Amino acid sequence: MSDGAIGWRAINVASVLVYIFLFAPIMVTMLLSFNASQFGGFPMTGFSFHWFGVLMQNDIVLAAVRRSLILGSLTATISTVLGIFAATALVRYEFPGKEFVNTLMVAPVLIPETVLAVGLLLFIRWLHAPRTFIVLLMGHVMLSLPYVVLVVQARLLSIKRVYEEAALSLGANRIQTFLEITLPLLMPAVLAGILLAFTISFDNVTATLFWRPPGVETLPTQIYAMLRNSISPEINALGTFMIVITVGLPLIGGGLARYMARKQR
Amino acid sequence: MAAAALSAAERRRPWLLLSPTLVTLSLLMIAPMIIMFAYSFYTTMGGGRDKPDFNLANWIEFFTDPYYHHFIWQTARVSAITTVLCALMGYPAAYSIAMTRFRHKWMLLLLLIVPFWISFIIRTLSWIHILGEQGAINATLKWLGIISDPLPMLYNEGSVILGMIHFLLPYMILNIYVSLEGIDRNLLSAARTLGCTAFQSFREVTLPLSLPGLGAGSLLCFVLAAGSYVTPAILGNPRDYFFGNLIYDATMTELNWPMGATLSMVLFILLGAIAAIYSRYMGLSRIYKGLSR
Repeated sequence: MSDGAIGWRAINVASVLVYIFLFAPIMVTMLLSFNASQFGGFPMTGFSFHWFGVLMQNDIVLAAVRRSLILGSLTATISTVLGIFAATALVRYEFPGKEFVNTLMVAPVLIPETVLAVGLLLFIRWLHAPRTFIVLLMGHVMLSLPYVVLVVQARLLSIKRVYEEAALSLGANRIQTFLEITLPLLMPAVLAGILLAFTISFDNVTATLFWRPPGVETLPTQIYAMLRNSISPEINALGTFMIVITVGLPLIGGGLARYMARKQR
Repeated sequence: MAAAALSAAERRRPWLLLSPTLVTLSLLMIAPMIIMFAYSFYTTMGGGRDKPDFNLANWIEFFTDPYYHHFIWQTARVSAITTVLCALMGYPAAYSIAMTRFRHKWMLLLLLIVPFWISFIIRTLSWIHILGEQGAINATLKWLGIISDPLPMLYNEGSVILGMIHFLLPYMILNIYVSLEGIDRNLLSAARTLGCTAFQSFREVTLPLSLPGLGAGSLLCFVLAAGSYVTPAILGNPRDYFFGNLIYDATMTELNWPMGATLSMVLFILLGAIAAIYSRYMGLSRIYKGLSR
């Protein structure tokens, strides 16, 4: 075997180890959620769905799940609409100060989340305004907006302007052109943006710990609070539940889309 | 006249489209940053009350109290270690994904995206199940009879670093992958034809051409690591806290808002300076590209 082949094999082994590193802890957590033991860790004393049943009875957790789903959906809707508008302006128009606006749009990604979180919190306090659900929602919109803008922008760049110009020259107005031509072509990016914004909101804990209204917990902050006492089997069950939802659904959705596309051909 | 009016409307249109976003960002980011800067000069009265003031006390406290300097150095050191380890682990993985002839390469890439879909807090706490007293490693060693008492592997700097790497590694791999994928393969063939060994062609061609991706990934990892506080709070001892934890404690626990504002400004300025130096030499466009994938 040549040196190159040995090197290549070593690199592949390292790469497999990296994948194991990424997924082993998550697998272990999912495994432990089926543990019959009343403790959150090893040893496994039996296989059981008991803790999923307990979880379904836990009103505090269920309320947090519901709140996070609502928050994520609203965040996704608002930031996707704002993101489409902003990306259209940035890709389809030339205007003075465009470079600056472009930088401003992605600034929330570059500023540490902790800093943004404290800033908004102090601003709300300075205004003597209460920390409401709306504050939390708009905060999540700010955090997810840059990603939506980037995704929609990338797709919009690849849509040729001639389609829009054709529609315009055939008598469609700007709004009709957007709804009939641009939006359908933009759909993959819109869906990706919705999914991305939802995930960012549903997952956020760093800023949410600062912004949540007093006594209100989202799912991640609820888990964070539950962690203060030792790790319970309920947390493991909750983790498995969340992974099945956030990983399972996109995978099934993507798989179905591929299957349908193949069938159509 | 009509043409002029139309072009005025045309000129207004992008601003009309941008206005909802600009209003949102002004109210949620720009104004708050300005107010936060002002707050750093306020005087705290204790108990969550403060006085609008122009007072350098918070800044003087920050510059003179070694407590804060210690945590800045600790944050910088641990973030740097995390970044270097991410690069060392991420490069071979990115290289093997980029160069593989495996038919289902998309699957390898998908597996790098999947962690982003899994709740960050679940990913972080999953390390308790690996390193904790009832974790997988201690349970296995006990079962094998190698140890009788669990090894203390959790709530130290090492566990914080592991948790950080776990959440930052996909960013690093994807950034390196993007730049490796962009390399013209003919250059590698040319190097080999001209007599380079496999390693030489890697060192002379592949590595230099992948440095922008490595740089972008490193900046992202460092900035995200240095700005975090949740991972040290879950996987660390208060000794292992990051600067972000001090901000959280000042703001949310002690309700010392002016000091919270001062420390936030410090973190903002330090990490902003690093990003600015980077963008001066490398440009930030690469990072946006990496993020939009």
